[in-house]
Amino acid sequence: MSEQSTATISTVTVSINGSSVTVPEGASLKDACGVAGVEIPTLCWAANLTPANACRLCVVEVENSRTLVPSCSRQVEEGMVVQTDSERVHHSRRMVLEFLGSSVDLSQADDLARWSKAYGADPDRYGNSPARIEEEIKIQDNLYIRDYDKCVLCFKCVDACGDDAQHTFAIAVSGRGFGARISTEFDVSLPDSACVYCGNCVAVCPTNALQFKSEFDLREAAAWKPEEQTVTRTVCSYCGVGCNLEMHVQDNTIVKVTSPNDHSVTNGHLCIKGRFGWQYVQPVATE
Amino acid sequence: MADLHLTEDRASATEVAAIDAAIAAVSLDPAVVHETERLVRSGTKRKNDRRHGLLPALHALQKESGWISPGGVNHIAEVLQVPPAEAFGVASFYELFRVDGAPDQEDDVVHVCVDAACQIAGADQVIADLEAAGKQVHRSPCLGQCERPVAQFIQGRRKPDWVEADAEDELWNLPQKHDPSLKLLKRVGRIDPTSLDSYVGVGGYAALSKAFALGADQVIEEVLASGLMGRGGAAFPTGIKWQGVAGESGQKHIVVNADESEPGTFKDRTIMENDPFALIEAMTIAGFATGATKGWIYIRGEYPLATKRLEGAIVAAREAGFLGEGIARSSIDFDIEVRRGAGAYICGEETALFNSLEGFRGEPRQKPPFPTTNGLFDQPTVINNPETLLNVLDIVQDGGATYASTGTGGSNGQKLFCLSGHVNRPGTYEVEFGPTLGDLLGLAGGATGELKAVLLGGAAGSFIGPDMLELPLTMEATREAGLSLGSGVIMAFNDSTDFPAVLTRLAEFFKNESCGQCVPCRVGAVRQHEMLVRTSANPSEADSQLLNEMDQVMKDASICGLGHTASTAVRSAIALGLIGGQS
Repeated sequence: MSEQSTATISTVTVSINGSSVTVPEGASLKDACGVAGVEIPTLCWAANLTPANACRLCVVEVENSRTLVPSCSRQVEEGMVVQTDSERVHHSRRMVLEFLGSSVDLSQADDLARWSKAYGADPDRYGNSPARIEEEIKIQDNLYIRDYDKCVLCFKCVDACGDDAQHTFAIAVSGRGFGARISTEFDVSLPDSACVYCGNCVAVCPTNALQFKSEFDLREAAAWKPEEQTVTRTVCSYCGVGCNLEMHVQDNTIVKVTSPNDHSVTNGHLCIKGRFGWQYVQPVATE
Repeated sequence: MADLHLTEDRASATEVAAIDAAIAAVSLDPAVVHETERLVRSGTKRKNDRRHGLLPALHALQKESGWISPGGVNHIAEVLQVPPAEAFGVASFYELFRVDGAPDQEDDVVHVCVDAACQIAGADQVIADLEAAGKQVHRSPCLGQCERPVAQFIQGRRKPDWVEADAEDELWNLPQKHDPSLKLLKRVGRIDPTSLDSYVGVGGYAALSKAFALGADQVIEEVLASGLMGRGGAAFPTGIKWQGVAGESGQKHIVVNADESEPGTFKDRTIMENDPFALIEAMTIAGFATGATKGWIYIRGEYPLATKRLEGAIVAAREAGFLGEGIARSSIDFDIEVRRGAGAYICGEETALFNSLEGFRGEPRQKPPFPTTNGLFDQPTVINNPETLLNVLDIVQDGGATYASTGTGGSNGQKLFCLSGHVNRPGTYEVEFGPTLGDLLGLAGGATGELKAVLLGGAAGSFIGPDMLELPLTMEATREAGLSLGSGVIMAFNDSTDFPAVLTRLAEFFKNESCGQCVPCRVGAVRQHEMLVRTSANPSEADSQLLNEMDQVMKDASICGLGHTASTAVRSAIALGLIGGQS
């Protein structure tokens, strides 16, 4: 990229809510909206993953298109006329948020709660006992837990485990329709699966369905206090790659580790050592 | 062995043999995996080379073991280099694959259709009787035999699948047999569908010769001039698709969408069982015209006779030099593979079909890009319905202009309709575009009992009342009436129909068949079904309003046509007063 002069990049001009915006060819409608200063709600989109195009929260109205268009994965075309705030767009986003709220535990999905409020979603209007995703919490090791009650099937963990980051392919979507779940083959436990415990799935999960065990234990003890946590950036000490780490610390104890999405080495992804191998910093006496 | 992680489960010797035989039968690139090969670096190439062997391998495993066993999956994963979690994810997507443990019984599984035409013919009783007799029974969505309810399909254990009704009289579903006005169905019942000589004897392969004489560009011109529109439901101009693919370079494909799963639809089965060579010839013409050398027929897994006939016809055509390298003594190469689906309505959506054939879950892709540039294996692809392709034979023979002079101007040529439900002579009917709904019902001997409603276009279509009998069944007239011909379904319901039960099942169909990829359809179809159950299919005014809101998001924001149409029939039934409106 750095060798390419900006003069050689072809650009496309589109209209976003009446404002003309010029973006590079190949940009998404969401990118164009960003340039126009319009915020687009997303769930299955992430800066470091290929758009899964599944949640449909980012839909916008494009002139002459029969249906709404997912702005995360639709490329700009010259002359597109886009509305992000029309009644149709508002309705679809509200209904998607209601559908999720009525079927999934969103209690730890902060962004979704914010969007649900903004769009006036009322997930309680689908009868007394609408079907919900009800799964036992899977605690199979000391590194992370899987609480699929909270899973919105955004595909992010699958893509992070697969060819967007780790190339381990330990998990995939199984089943169909409302019965679809994220699963290893035959739901075998993680230690029996191909999982390498990089934790990249945990890092991309938008609803806390995948959670560090350290965070889970604190939440169970009602001692999870994100407002009191500090984040310290450092470099992983294990090998010479130079991955940047963000140590999330509460009460002088590391409670989880992430990596910045915009870090050129990791793009937010780590390996088991950087992600979970912090115990040597704070040895715990074992019985 | 590369870098796949497998559990310790091992396939039995018979499973290994069955899987290896199935994989050997498909045209995979060499299945030798070098020790140094890594999933990371060659993933994409390997996907194209081998992964499309997954569905055939899973079929073989299911047949051998009665389920998709962990050991079997490990063997498949190793041979095809597919991660086992993904292989499991694919297997668990399909109705015909069992993933939740070995069956208690060794015998065959009887799939009994519970969708509308069979439901009103007493499917529940049939299922109860079979279960009382100790059979393994599976409640199935539409099996594509609506003209002979209650439809059954038997999934054989260690033997081929079959349909009892096929053995009795394969042609009783063609009431117009020997009618001289037939064009699409003119060979049905006149030829032996297992004999190439029989097909050639009535003029078979003359159209291919004519196509060679015209040249590829002119064939496309004729198809464009004919105004032929797709018969699968979307009514897209066929010539435009062909022209688009012809203009692309590299490996190209002709795919036949024979995953005929729209409830009420069975016309393509009529064609494939009785006139398989015609479909193969039409595909070959499409390949010649567009420069595609690979043809694929993706046929639904519940069509054993049609599959057998097509596979037999392909072998016969290949032996006679009509398929393979240098077909019919030309310099053109074209060959065809048949791939069986495994029970999933969504795989009739063209991009879901590509994913399924490639060995992935049958989840639709975002469009654009369209199949003409990014189709099967991400390569340029023509995808057509069998009925659509059959029209090409006459278009090539008689010229596009002649074809365009038939029909109504807005809808050219001949059309097949699937008459079922409460009519006297259910079956596949062919007419030149123009007749009304009443005319078609008349052809089928009229309704039995007092006609209350017709489901036009299938489960994705609409209910209309007897006041619509004068509606011409053309693309333009139905569009103007806010309806769709869909795949040509005309399902009649008389005054004995339990409409609340029919509509509740219809909503359950969409709930079960949603692939689950996008939120509007995955949850919306469930909420719609819940509402019908909760209200005993008697939704209040407020319920109807909520249903309209759900319909709007499914129409606007679902990825594919399944979600777009999941509420259409239910809403039409409410508007017609078939359900709801009672206090």
